[in-house]
Amino acid sequence: MYRTTVRKIASNYNTLRVPKRTLSNDASAGISSTNSAKFNSALLACSTFQEDEKLGMRNMIGQYDIAIVGGGMVGIAFACALSSMPLTKQLKVAIIDSNPALGRRDCIEKTDLPDPRVSTVTPATISFFKDVGAWDYVQQNRHAFFDKMQVWDYTGLGYTRYNARDVGKEILGCVVENKVLHASLLSCLQKSDFHKTIYPSRLTSMALQSHSKEVESKLPGAKLCDHGSFVKLDLSNGDSLFAKLVVGADGAKSYVRELAGLKTTGWNYSQNAIICTVEHNVENQCAWQRFLPTGPIALLPIGDRFSNIVWTMSPKESSERKTMNEDDFVKAVNHALDYGYGPHPQSSSVSNYGDRLSWLIADMTSSSKECFEVPPKVVKIASERMVFPLSLLHSNDYASNRVVLIGDAAHTVHPLAGQGVNLGFGDATVLSKVISDGISIGSDIGEISLLRKFEAERKPANIMMMALLDGFQKAYTVDFGPLNVLRAAAFHAAQFITPLKKNIISYATGEQKWPLFS
Amino acid sequence: MASKSLKLCRALCNNTQHGRNIFLALSASRASQRIQRRLFSNDPQPDLVDPPSTSPSEKPQSHDTRRNEGGAGRRPFSSSLNDVELAKFSAIAETWWDPVGPFKPLHAMNPTRVSFIRSALCRHFRKDPSSAKPFEGLRIVDVGCGGGILSEPLARMGATVVGIDAVEKNTKIARLHAELDPVTSSIEYCCTTAEKLVEEQRKFDAVIALEVIEHVADPAEFCKSLAALTDTNGATVISTINRSMRSYATAIVAAEYLLHWLPRGTHQWSSFLTPEELVLILQRASISVQEIAGFVYNPLTGRWALSDDLSVNFIAFGTKNMNSQ
Repeated sequence: MYRTTVRKIASNYNTLRVPKRTLSNDASAGISSTNSAKFNSALLACSTFQEDEKLGMRNMIGQYDIAIVGGGMVGIAFACALSSMPLTKQLKVAIIDSNPALGRRDCIEKTDLPDPRVSTVTPATISFFKDVGAWDYVQQNRHAFFDKMQVWDYTGLGYTRYNARDVGKEILGCVVENKVLHASLLSCLQKSDFHKTIYPSRLTSMALQSHSKEVESKLPGAKLCDHGSFVKLDLSNGDSLFAKLVVGADGAKSYVRELAGLKTTGWNYSQNAIICTVEHNVENQCAWQRFLPTGPIALLPIGDRFSNIVWTMSPKESSERKTMNEDDFVKAVNHALDYGYGPHPQSSSVSNYGDRLSWLIADMTSSSKECFEVPPKVVKIASERMVFPLSLLHSNDYASNRVVLIGDAAHTVHPLAGQGVNLGFGDATVLSKVISDGISIGSDIGEISLLRKFEAERKPANIMMMALLDGFQKAYTVDFGPLNVLRAAAFHAAQFITPLKKNIISYATGEQKWPLFS
Repeated sequence: MASKSLKLCRALCNNTQHGRNIFLALSASRASQRIQRRLFSNDPQPDLVDPPSTSPSEKPQSHDTRRNEGGAGRRPFSSSLNDVELAKFSAIAETWWDPVGPFKPLHAMNPTRVSFIRSALCRHFRKDPSSAKPFEGLRIVDVGCGGGILSEPLARMGATVVGIDAVEKNTKIARLHAELDPVTSSIEYCCTTAEKLVEEQRKFDAVIALEVIEHVADPAEFCKSLAALTDTNGATVISTINRSMRSYATAIVAAEYLLHWLPRGTHQWSSFLTPEELVLILQRASISVQEIAGFVYNPLTGRWALSDDLSVNFIAFGTKNMNSQ
């Protein structure tokens, strides 16, 4: 079936080509090879690029430079990144996602209760949003900057307070609801005059066409080779399209990854995370993270006296906590964030260490003198409690011929530090830059050697972050005397050794690529 | 990279002889037809994929039986495609275009060469470097195009590209590969030599011969041909290998004998040109070199970068002097 459609296209193409040829023979000079490219795009533009009206158009075979599978935060961010650079904004992009939110321009009511699905965006991500012009939208909606963070554990042996001032910054990060991030990117994409087509459908199959096979099967009709450097994507609603490059941004259960045959490494932690929105009596302006024997609990401010909770525990516990009544759950949360499981770390120990280790901590950061604080009390649950299992998954390769993975499709991390989506935005930025560089030197954007440059830049960074988060996870789920002491020592080291502290902050905020060694 | 160039070199020598004989043997009527075609070929060639059956040179000419081998017929094989042959070429095309195959060094080096050409030509022709197709409207000839590794990026950047190679296989492969992408399918590949194009009086805004000059028998003559192809105020870009101790150690001992990047005997050290010599022979061909840059290989990243170090690989960009013809 495919071959016949191709042939049909090719013959159309040929008939349309004839008048063009005569035209350009008449024309004197200056217009030429690019004509055929322009012509192609014009042909396609009239069939597929009237965005909104033609969303549901069936059985038209569009030809694109890039097909983004998955219109989530990372997929849309990648499209925005492409639309913001001079060399890539002329690309024709298709976005494939069955999520109806992509089609409509829905407004987010500021008075809505905060959604429990939030992300902590780092300053690096914020500057990306500013670059593509999506940050204004976020600022018009609910978001909460925080400039302080406190990390401690249940043994009461130590704590660390991080302050943005330690590294001369205003903020450590910003907590934003995922729907706000998504809507901001989407509105930014809708405002641009970027050539994008949204296919409200799901991917069902993907045919990677190898050159040699194409050539063999298509002889002697040489024109049919036109699609040899394309991937054909079939969608669940019967649409098909061709793309030079397929970008898999379809999440942890990536179908693109499966179809491309990219293998993964990973494991499930036998742990679940409960997430929900809670309300305080006072404004929360700090990010809190406490390591409990069952797993970490994080309390992140999202503004308007609301906070978000990410609480990791065993699956059995999580099902109990999900079903228990609200008052009991509030009690359990307060217990976990305060005296539960162990005493508060002693602030007085600070000065003792300070005297003894003055040679090491001569240049103390301001936060080193800060005392331990107790997080604000939770008074009410403001959303449903959602439970999801934790897992770690990493694709062994991010790229194969004409296919590349970004975001959770390439790497799914522990939500410990809210870094998952930041890694995804990092991927989107780097991939768009690699493609821009490729275009500047006239490369074929689906060429594996180009995609490998993206992989070489992102893979080590992603693996490092995953290993750190996994290490944290493992270090804190063991309740074992000597290890507890080591953990305490690590807290103290991070609290009092200034260069280390600065380093941790710059790494966690995405300012610096590598922990410790840079 | 070099094996093609070596073949090219041999073919070039043979073909030059051939070509001259043919030229002498041409009858007057043939010559008049040539003029007609020349007018055509000075026009842009937007669609060179289909056999130009309308071109006068393709009309039957009983008196010129050797037209095909002489390369005078611009598309001597397009009508005689057969499946088995093409399948064979497509198999070789895979190696030309296999980034980890025998042409790996060339693929690794190509982005660096292209970025030099991009910046030099953008500056010279006052094109917008932030454009995706800065070379729109420029006619460029890629002399010694091989499988089209340089021609395709140039075409994607908007140029009207003619790729010539004396090895017929190479141009066939190049055409086959260029067909895969509608943007590159407009490249005109010819199995011919620079000298022949000069005879046809074709002119280009930019003439590019990368890694070719070290394989030609007479570099000075070759440069004169390149200059003759360059339009007034046009640009010429040449890259080659320096004749230095380092180039002997790297391009011959390391690349051919230790790393086996290139077949042994690919390069003759004594036929390399130093940058000074190249500048001189280009000067004599009325091309003044404006810019020279070196390529250095970083063995850790496996990437090439531009540098001031001209001791091994280097690339020169020159412009044709205004006063010369």
